[in-house]
Amino acid sequence: MHIPDGFIDIPTSVAFAGIAAAGVAVSLKGARASLDEKTAPLAGLTATFIFAVQMINFPVAAGTSGHLLGGALAAILVGPWVATLALTVVLILQALLFADGGLSALGLSVFNMSLIGVWVGYGAFLLVKRILPKNKSSISVAAFIAGLISVPVAAAGFVLQYAIGGTATFSVSAVLAAMVGTHILIGIGEGLISALAVGAVMASRSDLVYGYRGEKVTLEMRKSL
Amino acid sequence: MKNDKKLLIVGFAVSLFIAGFASYYASSSPDGLEKVAEDIGFIETAKENTNADTTLADYGVKGVENERLSTGTAGVIGVLATAGVSTGLFLVLRRRSGVEK
Repeated sequence: MHIPDGFIDIPTSVAFAGIAAAGVAVSLKGARASLDEKTAPLAGLTATFIFAVQMINFPVAAGTSGHLLGGALAAILVGPWVATLALTVVLILQALLFADGGLSALGLSVFNMSLIGVWVGYGAFLLVKRILPKNKSSISVAAFIAGLISVPVAAAGFVLQYAIGGTATFSVSAVLAAMVGTHILIGIGEGLISALAVGAVMASRSDLVYGYRGEKVTLEMRKSL
Repeated sequence: MKNDKKLLIVGFAVSLFIAGFASYYASSSPDGLEKVAEDIGFIETAKENTNADTTLADYGVKGVENERLSTGTAGVIGVLATAGVSTGLFLVLRRRSGVEK
């Protein structure tokens, strides 16, 4: 979902770069609270893992592939603030080192993947976690659904940008239908990878998983009251 | 907490394996956005990436003929760069343990 230069006009790209920069600035503040000696290296590993897995495009339908976005996964593992930063680091390095995604479109991609992908994914995770029984396997199920939902919503972010500043004149509703339809399929892969990765960390060090740890802390606090 | 190290080492090794080896087997079909742009017709509005001629463009090392080696090396460089930049950033941002305790 890395947007090349040219799809979206410059004024729109600049505007979204502004929103993206504001989101990253707020995240730089928010991230401090969840970063300490133990979680900072895990956060770095999360960004690294997402970079690696993003290299693996998997086939989804005739002649179409997709890859992990990682927003939901990162938010569950290290929290949404740190996840926003992790995804942004990945996107910047991909654009600078590997020419993956246009430089002028970087703000657009950060908006879709670092902001929408992370926060929609995390919101969905919290909602699903609330409904499911409080146990470890629920965390993986919630990760699957969060990953699944985050991708088509991030794809809809592109459609919003296209509607505002697309350089082509094809109908927005056609682009919306195609983008969301295709990205629901990619979302299934996203959900599976997210659930597997979260499950693996849960199995070895559940105390490090932000989306699980938060719950335990609340429970312990209630007990102590 | 020796387990912390174990998780980090295993996670990093898995990342290196995925980017350095498994990436060669990735699907080369266009991704979702690219395919939609082709099908609907706005793919022509894409401009060539300003970094398209750089050494590592498109996850390959310029001049390395062997595709497996080219993709794998680019992947390993990407993993090292991401690990360095992100871990550095997060270590700078972290709460100091002195304050914590």
